[in-house]
Amino acid sequence: MLTKRIIACMDVRDGQVVKGVQFQQLRHAGDPGELARRYNVEGIDEVVVLDITATLESRQALARTINAVARQIFLPLTVGGGIRSEDDAAAAVDAGADKVSLNTAALNNPELITTLAGRYGSQAVIVAIDAKRRGDGFAVYVRSGTSDAARDAVEWAREAESRGAGEILLTSMDRDGTRSGFDCEMTAAVANAVNIPVIASGGAGGLDHFAEVFTRGHADAALAASIFHYADTSVSELKRFLRERQIPVRL
Amino acid sequence: MIALIDYGAGNLTSVRKALTALGAEFATPTSAAECSSFSALIVPGVGHFAATAGLVGPWRDAIGAAVRTGTPLFGICLGMQWLFEGSDEAPDVPGLGVLPGRVVRLQGNAKQRLKIPHVGWNGLQPPRGPKGSAPHAFSGRILGGLADGAHVYFTHSYAAPVTADCVAATTHAETFSAVVERGNVFGVQFHPEKSSEAGLQIIRNFLEVSRAC
Repeated sequence: MLTKRIIACMDVRDGQVVKGVQFQQLRHAGDPGELARRYNVEGIDEVVVLDITATLESRQALARTINAVARQIFLPLTVGGGIRSEDDAAAAVDAGADKVSLNTAALNNPELITTLAGRYGSQAVIVAIDAKRRGDGFAVYVRSGTSDAARDAVEWAREAESRGAGEILLTSMDRDGTRSGFDCEMTAAVANAVNIPVIASGGAGGLDHFAEVFTRGHADAALAASIFHYADTSVSELKRFLRERQIPVRL
Repeated sequence: MIALIDYGAGNLTSVRKALTALGAEFATPTSAAECSSFSALIVPGVGHFAATAGLVGPWRDAIGAAVRTGTPLFGICLGMQWLFEGSDEAPDVPGLGVLPGRVVRLQGNAKQRLKIPHVGWNGLQPPRGPKGSAPHAFSGRILGGLADGAHVYFTHSYAAPVTADCVAATTHAETFSAVVERGNVFGVQFHPEKSSEAGLQIIRNFLEVSRAC
């Protein structure tokens, strides 16, 4: 049976892992290669590296970081943050990424989804959606959550799928870094609207939150950062907890 | 020396990294004629079956000839599908045809939320024997050291049926061939280079087979 995936995300700045709250107040969380090695031993299913500065100088640093992580683990590795062109994606793939995650660039230039899916296959293209609740809907934001994209998350996820995206990485901006639980309603709304896997992100604080997003939220995978970085919760402990609740995981 | 065949279907970085970590000696032949000088062949690949059109012609002939003379061949993901006669994904493109059968699209099951593409970690099981008999343990050199139920990382929409050459099957709404083995021909539908320890063990097993040849 296909298992629910647990994904560790590392927000990287200047070659170091950092983590903020609701996209602000960054603090250091460690060395990417070292963290990746620890996660692999604990049984993480996938790793995401997000370049949160995405400046020209950070591009070269990012390639070194991807390399350092890819040397430590034999797991699917996704790279995102500032991937704006086919060349940016190619640089990430050449450095060792298996998938690239597009956010702002996908909204500005949806053709890029199709281009990259054609070149690397849909399985290599993740469209990341940052959204917050507004009324009955979920408003999409771009530029690291600073700019309203005037799109609804459900409608945009459907379009991304039709353009060739292989997965959706859905982050609740309301919950990001708060440890108050995933936004299960938003996750379910998107997961029920598309036929590609949905990765839930934002708000993981306890073991129960993962169980909820896999059941009530219909998520195919769940992503977290800070609870794994600071070793509050080990991946193996989380997986044992999920298995006890009849949620299929790789142990 | 192992030949890692590059026909432009996806990125070989991960496979190279895994082979390097396991101490394998490998190179990418630049012409089909070179295939005969290698002790083993690996055909990797991700994406659409049409990409294997790059192998039609001299490459297909050279790889076929090497296999007939006993050279071990390992197909990964799209590379495994190519071992069969063909695929519904690109009906006009012939496979290598060293394994009987045809690759078909997975159906999934919307009611049970079993989506296509099949993406993620799923278990390997010994295929069921003749009607009524209990599943037997893993057989085959490629699965040495692996436990029944071992999880590996898949990402695909098409798969080969369970045939006599299937040594491990996986179920995602339907049951398909996850690992095949017939003489010196081996194939895996998943990505061993992305499947942590279980995947590395399978690559190690292929390296063992190559050394024994």
